[in-house]
Order: sequence, then C-alpha cells, then structure tokens
Amino acid sequence: MQKEAEIRDPLIIGNKSYHDITKDIAKPVEGKANKYWWILFSLSLVLFIWGVLCMAYTIGTGIGAWGLNKTVNWAWDITNFVWWIGIGHAGTLISAVLLLFRQKWRMSINRSAEAMTIFGVAQAALFPLIHMGRPWLAYYVFPIPNQFGSLWVNFNSPLLWDVFAISTYFSVSVVFWYIGLIPDFAMIRDRMSAKTAPMKKQLYSFLSFGWSGKAKHWQRFEEVSLVLAGLATPLVFSVHSIVSMDFATSIIPGWHTTIFPPYFVLGALFSGFAMVETLLIIMRKVVNMEAYITIKHIEYMNIIILLTGSLVGTAYITELFMSWYSGVEFEQYAFLNRATGPYWWAYAIMMTCNVLTPQLYWFSSIRKSFVATFILSIFVNIGMWFERFVIIVTSLHRDFLPSSWSMFSPTFIDLGIYVGTIGFFFVLFLLYARTFPVIAQAELKSILKSSGSEYKNKK
Amino acid sequence: MSKNTLYGIFDCELVLLAAVKEIRANKIDIKEVYSPFPVHGLDKALGLKETRMAITAFIYGCIGLFLAALMIWNIMIVDWAQNIGGKPNFTFYHNMPAFIPIMFECTVLFAAHLMSITYLIRNGLYPGGVSDSPDVRTTDDKFLMEIEVEGDVAAVKAMLTKTGATEINEKDA
Repeated sequence: MQKEAEIRDPLIIGNKSYHDITKDIAKPVEGKANKYWWILFSLSLVLFIWGVLCMAYTIGTGIGAWGLNKTVNWAWDITNFVWWIGIGHAGTLISAVLLLFRQKWRMSINRSAEAMTIFGVAQAALFPLIHMGRPWLAYYVFPIPNQFGSLWVNFNSPLLWDVFAISTYFSVSVVFWYIGLIPDFAMIRDRMSAKTAPMKKQLYSFLSFGWSGKAKHWQRFEEVSLVLAGLATPLVFSVHSIVSMDFATSIIPGWHTTIFPPYFVLGALFSGFAMVETLLIIMRKVVNMEAYITIKHIEYMNIIILLTGSLVGTAYITELFMSWYSGVEFEQYAFLNRATGPYWWAYAIMMTCNVLTPQLYWFSSIRKSFVATFILSIFVNIGMWFERFVIIVTSLHRDFLPSSWSMFSPTFIDLGIYVGTIGFFFVLFLLYARTFPVIAQAELKSILKSSGSEYKNKK
Repeated sequence: MSKNTLYGIFDCELVLLAAVKEIRANKIDIKEVYSPFPVHGLDKALGLKETRMAITAFIYGCIGLFLAALMIWNIMIVDWAQNIGGKPNFTFYHNMPAFIPIMFECTVLFAAHLMSITYLIRNGLYPGGVSDSPDVRTTDDKFLMEIEVEGDVAAVKAMLTKTGATEINEKDA
C-alpha cells in the first residue's frame, strides 16, 4: 500500500468504502437528471443551434460575413481558436504531467479535465475549418499527392505543423482518456441489470470492451498509462508552442518574438486550469461529488493558477521591456499602441484579469473559498480571451502604411459562432456528465486507504 | 481426477496481497486474480513477468519517426522541391530544422496509438467483448482469487479461509 504523510489533508471526505465510491460515481449515470441539468442543457442547446445557423450562414455566403477587413485579416476566429486550444491544455497537464509527478489529487479530477480537453480541442478545430471557406476541401491540409488537386503541403510552415500537432494531440488525448475509461465502464456495466435496463447494459458492455480486471491486465494498464503520460507530456508542451509559432515565425511587430512558445504554453495552462475550476465547481454540486472534489483540490489548482499567472505577467513585462530594449521603432510602437492606443481597454482587461486578480490567491482565505475561486476563474477565462485578442488584433490593426490603419469590430455572425461553440462545448460536457463515470473510480479506490479521511483519522 | 475451481473472495487488498504470498509459498497455483483497481505489488506477488508495453512503444515511436522522415524527404526534396522563402531545399539535412516538429508529432502519434492497440489486443479487449470475470462484484469492491484444484479441495479451502477470504465459492469443472 502507498504511504502518505499524516499532515496532508485527506483527498476523499467521509466514511467511504469501495462500494460507496462505486455507488456515488454510478449514480449520475443510473439516475434521472435534475432540474438544473435540464435548464443548463436547454440553454446550451439554444446557443449551439444559434452557432450552427451562423456557421451555415458563413459557409453559404463566405468569410465576408465576418468583421475582418484588409488590414485586420485574422481576428475573432483565431482568437477563439487559440483560446479553446489553451483551455484544452489543463486536461492533459492534470492527467499526464501530474501522473509523472505522482500527484494523487489528480485522480478525482483527471477524467473531467480530459473530457474538457477533448471537447475544447473539438471547438478549436471548428474555427480553422470554417475559415477555410470551403470546409469540404479540408483534406487539402493533409499530405496527399498533387494529383488530388492541390500541391503537396509545405512542411516548412508552422500552419502545417499545427495540423499535425493538433490532430495528434486530439487523437492521443482521446486514446489516453478511453484507456482509463474502460475499467470504469466495466464497473457501470456490472451494476446494470439485463432485465431492467437491457439497452444500457448492452451499451456499457460494448463500451467496456469486455474488461474483467485480471492481474496481468492491470499490470499492463499501469504501464500503458505511464508511457502515455510520458508521451503526452512533451506533446502538450509542443502543441501550444507550435500554435505560438503561427505568430512568432511571421515578421509582424508584436508577434515576431522568441518568448512566444513558453509564454503561450504558460498562458494555456493558466486558462485551462481556470476552466477546469469553473466546470468542476459547478459539476461537484450538480452530480453530488462533494466528497471527491474537495476544497483541497481547488486549492492545489489555485496554486498552479497563481504560479502560471505570475509567470504570464512576467512574460507581459518582458515583452514590453524587450520592445524598448530592441531599439526597433516598429516594435516599440506596436507595444506602445497595444497599451495606450485605441485598444487600451482590451489591454487593461487583460492585465487586470491575468496579472492582478490572480494575485489574490496569495491569501489562503481566498484560495480556500469555492465562491471566490469561481469568480476569479471566470476573470481568468475572460482575461485569457482578451490576451489573444490583444496579441492578434493590436498587432495587425496599425500596419506598415498609416493609410490602411483600421479597427476591427465583430459582426453578429462572429459573435454567434463564438457563443455557439460555448454552447456546443457545454452540450457535450453535460451529456458526458450524465453518461460517463465522471471520476476515475478505479484509480481513486487505489488511494482510498492512504488518502481517505476515515483511514487517515484511524491512524 | 476431477478438477474443481475455487473462487476465494477478499474484501481488502492488503489481506489479498498477504494471502497471495502465503498461498503461493504453500505451492498452490493461483490461476488468476480479479480486482476492481490496480493493486500495487500484486504482479510481483503472483510472479507475473514484467510487461513489455513500454518496449513496444519505443519501437513504434522509432517507426513513426522513420516514416515521418521518409514522407517529408519524399515530398519536400524528391518529388516537388520548391524554393520557399529561400530556405535550403536540395538536401534533407539542411532543411531538417523545419521538419523536426512534424517528425516529433508523428513519433508520438505512432507510439501512442500503436501501443494502445497492442494493449487492447494483448488483453483481448475489443468493442462488445464479453467479460470472463466469475463474479460481477470484482469491478466494485471485491477481490477474487481463482484456484484450480486437483485433489484435496478441503485443504485449499481451509487455506483460503485461514488467509482471510470472506467467501469461498466452488465450481465443478
């Protein structure tokens, strides 16, 4: 059995037995949805449908339906893309990096964080797909022979690196998630009765792949999880580094900086953890997981947010310093314009939400409060959206010719697609919360006797 | 002689682990152990060989790296060399720094997916597969030890009870 220091707070609260864990985690799947679930689901569905209509309109009429112009030719869509990809990062960090560091608190949150990753990356992928204008030709981004109509793809281009990085990231995340889900689906399968719920029983039998929990299977399971974590760790850092290179390899002042890869990765982790908190604080109430997702879990995540938020703040200041220190007028102007130009308000929101408010987590009373954490996590979500908006739009809107300077304002369609992806994300997440085991119960059971509150008190 | 299968059911993984060690020390073969979660040290106690999953991942990763390099070399150097921003395009190694991200991604792609497929095949897991666990409670909170006995069933039963089994079931072969 694993040993854990006495002074550590328990990660599972209450007198839980293995059977209690099984019951608690199977409950949302077996029971009926409550009122709050239906309200949230209907709302998300409406937003999603609105988004689909706006997407259909864009594809029908063309990208002209968006607020882009000749100067700001890349704005809302890429901002949303980077925002969603960033949100996806915390899932893999929790499941892979924290596994390598043997952090046991990841076990109650990794399943939902990974679900968030997969659903978030799916939303992100929609934006470049729609921006292609002809999404039915999306296969042109893959290396297919010239005879298919396009030329070979360009392997020198960060945009192609992005295609490979994101498709690898998405598919590896799905596999990692599913390998962990198999034993948990088996648990639900074995609770279902073939008489009262034959359809459900069949469904979960299909999904659980015939898992039986043999000793050899568990041995392989643990090794595969470890190796997948080892593979996913460099993968998660590479994905957002490559996303940042979409900008950093161009010669636009404000984008052309070497700090971008680490700066983007940290920003992604920062925003990802904020979104995990937003989701989990709601979810622990809606599906009654208060015993497993405790204030201790939230506090650990707040510490990571404090760390990454401070590092992101350092990166902002470094950028400002480097633009001045470079002595390049264009660089200097790009940053001066960012902070004091017509988009100063976006810059101010970014600085406030990403650098200032997370500093409140130095106070333990705020770090250990669900309400404060929820509010601050929303601040971070907003701040990180504005960070991408600031980087992208302020670097473009005053380009090399003052005669072509312009502003960007989103259209109704832009807003609709963005809100639609938020709706789509919550539709997926809410469906997930009712059909999947939302906590990796098999792994959680393995730490019950070292980290459960009842067992800790006994010693 | 008839062959009987005994199922010893345990409530606690620590008792199970001690039982496995003691039963094996008494030269009784344990056919299989079913558990609801990975029990640390159980594979060693049962005398299972180390798994080679990590080695397969390494091999698949090497294949992925090689295939990615081959693909890029063929597309960018051999089939349709282009001058892109004045970047070197006559030899693979001159242009390689720009190819590293995709070579890395393909390495991870191959290693992760092929290892996972190997894992499923080796474990006999497939969509719609049927579990062969003798007791459904093994995915919930019970640990099950399966022993095939030829001969003195009573002695083995006594051994199971002594080592902490809370329930013993029997199946005639």
